[in-house]
Amino acid sequence: MAELLRFRADEPADHPGITVDAFLDQPDADAVRIEPGDDARALIPHLARLRLVEVNFPIFGDGRGYSSARILREAGYGGELRAVGDVLVDQIAALRRCGFDGFDPDQPLDPADTEIAFARWSAVYQPAADGRAPIWAARHGETA
Amino acid sequence: MYRYDDYDQAMVDTRVAEFRDQARRRLEGRLSEDQFKPLRLMNGLYLQLHAYMLRVAIPYGTLDARQMRALADIADNYDRGYGHFTTRQNIQYNWIKLEEAANLLADLAKVEMHAIQTSGNCIRNISSDHFAGAAADEVADPRPYAELLRQWSSFHPEFSALPRKFKIAVIASERDRAAMRLHDIGIRIVRRGDALGAQFWVGGGMGRTPMVAPCIREFVPIDQLVTYSEACLRVYNRHGRRDNKFKARIKILVHELGAAEYTRQVEEEFAHLLTLGIEPPAAELARIAAMFDEPLEPAESAAPDRSDPDFALWMDRNTHPHKLPGYISAVISLKPVGGIPGDATADQMRLMADLAERYGNGELRVTHTQNIVLPHVRQAELHGLWSALEPAGLGAANIDTVEDIIACPGLDYCSLANARSIPVAQRIAERFAANGRTAVLGELKLKISGCINACGHHHAGHIGILGVDRKGTENYQLLLGGSEAEDVSLGKITGPGFDETGIVDAVETATKVYLKERDEGERFLDTYRRIGMEPFKAALYG
Repeated sequence: MAELLRFRADEPADHPGITVDAFLDQPDADAVRIEPGDDARALIPHLARLRLVEVNFPIFGDGRGYSSARILREAGYGGELRAVGDVLVDQIAALRRCGFDGFDPDQPLDPADTEIAFARWSAVYQPAADGRAPIWAARHGETA
Repeated sequence: MYRYDDYDQAMVDTRVAEFRDQARRRLEGRLSEDQFKPLRLMNGLYLQLHAYMLRVAIPYGTLDARQMRALADIADNYDRGYGHFTTRQNIQYNWIKLEEAANLLADLAKVEMHAIQTSGNCIRNISSDHFAGAAADEVADPRPYAELLRQWSSFHPEFSALPRKFKIAVIASERDRAAMRLHDIGIRIVRRGDALGAQFWVGGGMGRTPMVAPCIREFVPIDQLVTYSEACLRVYNRHGRRDNKFKARIKILVHELGAAEYTRQVEEEFAHLLTLGIEPPAAELARIAAMFDEPLEPAESAAPDRSDPDFALWMDRNTHPHKLPGYISAVISLKPVGGIPGDATADQMRLMADLAERYGNGELRVTHTQNIVLPHVRQAELHGLWSALEPAGLGAANIDTVEDIIACPGLDYCSLANARSIPVAQRIAERFAANGRTAVLGELKLKISGCINACGHHHAGHIGILGVDRKGTENYQLLLGGSEAEDVSLGKITGPGFDETGIVDAVETATKVYLKERDEGERFLDTYRRIGMEPFKAALYG
């Protein structure tokens, strides 16, 4: 877990996520791993017992995990959402906006590049799952 | 037209800095070409046959004189003194060095322009009616809605790695001048009583599997436009195919699910998203719309003097009625006979910018047919405009004729192409200019693609040409009966293909069938639809 990057104060779950099918059969499990083809909404009835959802990106170009993350946050999931797999520094700002608060990529992220990537965008055009107020809200004195 | 505020400016400036950093990491070898590719594509940078190609976004095809001059300077400073206007109402430069690309983007940002999302698997530049804001038949100017969607789609985090590219067009009239139903999402702004709304057509496209989009919602209230778009995209991002690049566009998803099931899923997602408050407020749309609503100076309603037959011909071919008295929209043809469709030199760009200021309000449009529009020309001064165009090689009176050909860059530039497109377009235009039949044939939309990806819109040509590679030689298939307009249809292949000379002859043969068979007032397309393929086949292969 040396490379794990987290934006949470709580302790990380101590075991990795199991498949969605296995998770649904294990009433005491608190960690799950979503593959790109899994339906994140299948987890919604079980959010209360979840502490960790790993969303796997087998290749960085498969963007289904972005929707999975937002769907879980929109449903009120408050545990850790961790991006794992082929996660590159150029994606992490967008992933963070979709609700990810943990990153455990296959290839370690360069700390300096990571810092730049998260700090880069001072404003955003649209609401997402990170609670940032969009530019239109700032223009019209509204909050998102 | 739309002007950036500090927020918009900061977003494009940030993007330039981000790209500069990415290009540096690539040049230092810290990013592999595989890792760099999706990043440069999100900034419009392609690796072509000879060099990098950079595509600059011209949102909904609208730009002003200052921006056109900046495009000319870029052509001089970073390219070989010209640029190529595209079927997505953008401009691309074919001879770009990676080391200089970030500086080019910085120059663009100085005039409120960018190359954001002009390629890659993301929401692309949004296109629109090139007569928007001027056409008498629109229910509203569609561009404020396109701008609202431009901002929503820019750096949209959830949709940054879609299954495939995604193209949206917004129009606001019954007439379709933007090939709306051949887009991933086509939106028509409509009026119902006093209320404006958006009609959604989803799942159209050209490419190797052309499809005409079905209507999935007749009326989305205008204050839910962004939310409905988000629902359409989320269903696509989650369920669009990713196992096969050639089946990854939304048209395949809509086709495989069926329009009814796709719509059901969108409606379900829409109902959910409505609870999240993601729609910009009405005040934001009003802020944008006000910038497109600059009043034109009153102009004297004076019909131009048509005594010069060359001017009269140009006026008949290259102008479009304006909603205000005293004004007219003029189309500058980038299709000189023997030229490269859509190309303009830096000097031509500067001249068009000057003319836009002298004869209009400084605004210009790029058409998806690769020409330039001056939307608001004072009618009384139309002759002066025309007189200035001819000496610069911009005076061709051939809009919507057989000489006004759409052609992709083809094998002369593109690494995907199987065959050359530009020389075929040149030979065809030369043939009809020489035999004098251009005028007789009237409206005849001819479109050429150099491979099945269909960037030259061959499926939608009244006459379409598709270049293929047949055992190492270029071969050209002929299609008839396509249309991208409100009478949208997909062309049908006539039969075996032709070589380069043969395809020029074949096009001429098809036009002869039309001239022989046509009824009073019929266009080529009308005659084809009435008499069918057989008479054409008989003449071509008989």
